[in-house]
Amino acid sequence: MPVITYREAIRHALAEELARDANVVVLGEEVAQFNGAYKVTEGLLEKFGPARIVDTPISEAGFIGMGIGASMLGVRPVMELMFWSFYSVAFDQILNNAANVRYMSGGQINCPIVIRGPANGGTNVGATHSHTPENVLANHPGVKVAVPSTPADAKGLLKSAIRDNDPVFFLENTILYGTEGEVPEGEVVIPLGLADVKRTGTDLTIVTYGRCVLHSLAAADLLQKEHDISVEVVDLRTIRPLDMDTVLASVAKTHRVLIVEEQKPFASVGSQLAYMIQREAFDELDGPIHRLATVDAPAIYSPPVEAEQLPNPQRVLNAALAALG
Amino acid sequence: MSNPAATIVEKPRASPAASAAVNASLAPAAKIALHRTMVRIRRFEERSLHLYKDAKDNVKIGGFLHLYIGQEAVAVGCCSLMGKDDHVITAYRDHGHAIAVGMELNPLMAELCGKATGCSKGKGGSMHFFAPDKNYWGGHGIVGGQIPLGAGLAYGIKYKGLKGAAMAFLGDGAVNQGAVHEAYNLAALWSLPVVFVIENNGYSMGTSQARSSAGDLAKRAEGYGMAWGVIDGHDLYEVRAGMDKFLRAAREQSKPAVVEIRTYRYRGHSVADPDPPNSTYRTKAEIEEYRRTKDPIQVFQNALVAEGVLTAALIEQIDNDAREEVERSVEFTRASPYPTAADIQSDVYWETDNPSQRKSQGRLFFD
Repeated sequence: MPVITYREAIRHALAEELARDANVVVLGEEVAQFNGAYKVTEGLLEKFGPARIVDTPISEAGFIGMGIGASMLGVRPVMELMFWSFYSVAFDQILNNAANVRYMSGGQINCPIVIRGPANGGTNVGATHSHTPENVLANHPGVKVAVPSTPADAKGLLKSAIRDNDPVFFLENTILYGTEGEVPEGEVVIPLGLADVKRTGTDLTIVTYGRCVLHSLAAADLLQKEHDISVEVVDLRTIRPLDMDTVLASVAKTHRVLIVEEQKPFASVGSQLAYMIQREAFDELDGPIHRLATVDAPAIYSPPVEAEQLPNPQRVLNAALAALG
Repeated sequence: MSNPAATIVEKPRASPAASAAVNASLAPAAKIALHRTMVRIRRFEERSLHLYKDAKDNVKIGGFLHLYIGQEAVAVGCCSLMGKDDHVITAYRDHGHAIAVGMELNPLMAELCGKATGCSKGKGGSMHFFAPDKNYWGGHGIVGGQIPLGAGLAYGIKYKGLKGAAMAFLGDGAVNQGAVHEAYNLAALWSLPVVFVIENNGYSMGTSQARSSAGDLAKRAEGYGMAWGVIDGHDLYEVRAGMDKFLRAAREQSKPAVVEIRTYRYRGHSVADPDPPNSTYRTKAEIEEYRRTKDPIQVFQNALVAEGVLTAALIEQIDNDAREEVERSVEFTRASPYPTAADIQSDVYWETDNPSQRKSQGRLFFD
């Protein structure tokens, strides 16, 4: 099976869907001539031409709203946000218009738009460029939210997202763009809402997603080697829809839960998960649900300190030991 | 309630626009239909206001109600020019456009009262009327927020290679929103077939144009290299003649434009904004002056009488028909059920509304 990067996997998904469906267009800042701010869309302009791969001005509210309007007419725009952090200037378009138009029209209008781009800290770009809005997005009924951790998941989930008739918000990670993994060639479609057990174990369930999956797997290795603790890592892959069946099955096996997320703690995805797990698996739990999140402050710039503000393998390891304590 | 049939416009003006090709080519029946649509809008709006104030069990309007009374010639004039590939989107003062594109009154009145038979199944309300089958894309509540969507409709028209145009309506209060200017830039940059129609009724809620907007509203288009124009919105012939030019440029040459149509609303911004003498920003005399000299229904009615198209008997018949149609919509609404609590979670996702075609897994709803 070919080994490719997360960036290439996303590019392959885009190229395959552009080739499959003439209604798919890619729009965003620097996606065409510049080949993408993070080179995700490199080569697509040459292959698909300027009608399908479109550079936009720096005008997120304008071009995202435009994509929503076009999607109502059956175009399937895949819009790139250079950073998901910029969603705030298009908030009304994303979360008033895209999320609500189907409902307010009594189901008469579909909005098959994908908005994708990186949403992560850890690159020393300060508070304005380090937002992780998956909890904010998923708070809005009508939308779907995916946060892939591996190249294979990124490709398979993005292909599902582009084919979906509801708005899908796809949160990537600049630090993962260069990571490699095996990705099957050709048609790889992973349904939204299907979690993946990335490592099996018996002593503790770590529920996580995105880059924190990698930290959790690294911590799980150390826990096995140094502490003889067997950790199961459940990668949610999508936040909404949410695969609780896989989470609950793991909890029933290990009876201990640690949630790991690159979120600010207050009203995070983990907060919702903790509520649901205690509500639906209370009798399975041998201890309180633990949660490791980002240290609760705006993203600090100072590079060595930012690494400590975010979840990392050592922090996950410490949190796991506390959860088992 | 005003009765257009009984109102006297003291100085009816001859409309030079009547002889414009787009108007001269109208058959008498088509002119009568335009008049009828304006009368239907007015009677619908008056009855809605009455219902709002005199709520009865089972026929009751909640929340906001933004009335279109006084502005009828704008929506009717513009929408009468629509071809099969033309599309319309507007803001929350959306009842007039809905009727102008051909929506029936029954589902509109039912929507106002939150009934399951409403055009949005009681889920949208007054500000959120939609009829995609009539190329009507709402009905949007946030000032200016619909304008990027209007540019998107034009993008879709162009991408699909259709010879259509989008009309994106906004109020004079929306012209200072950033999203509007972002849409202007995209439309001009990419030559999108869209006409941005500023319905200038003089007031953004209670703030007059002079107190909210610098410069001429439509002229801002020059900054984006777009064509622009100003149209007298009291005269339906003027609206049609003026808009026809811009719509043709959009359809045939994919040229966007910004058009200001000057109009006036007789009622408050919404029902929460009282009429004089309790209004904080305008006088009864001002409203009466418009009503007396520029009422769009009366202006057009006078023109059609002068042309021999309308007679007093026909005017009365049209008005009676409109009143009866509106009453039937009230009765339809009264007899209609409310949505059920179980309906709250339908129409949220396409996938859950089409379960046999669902591809995703997992939970989409939470409690």
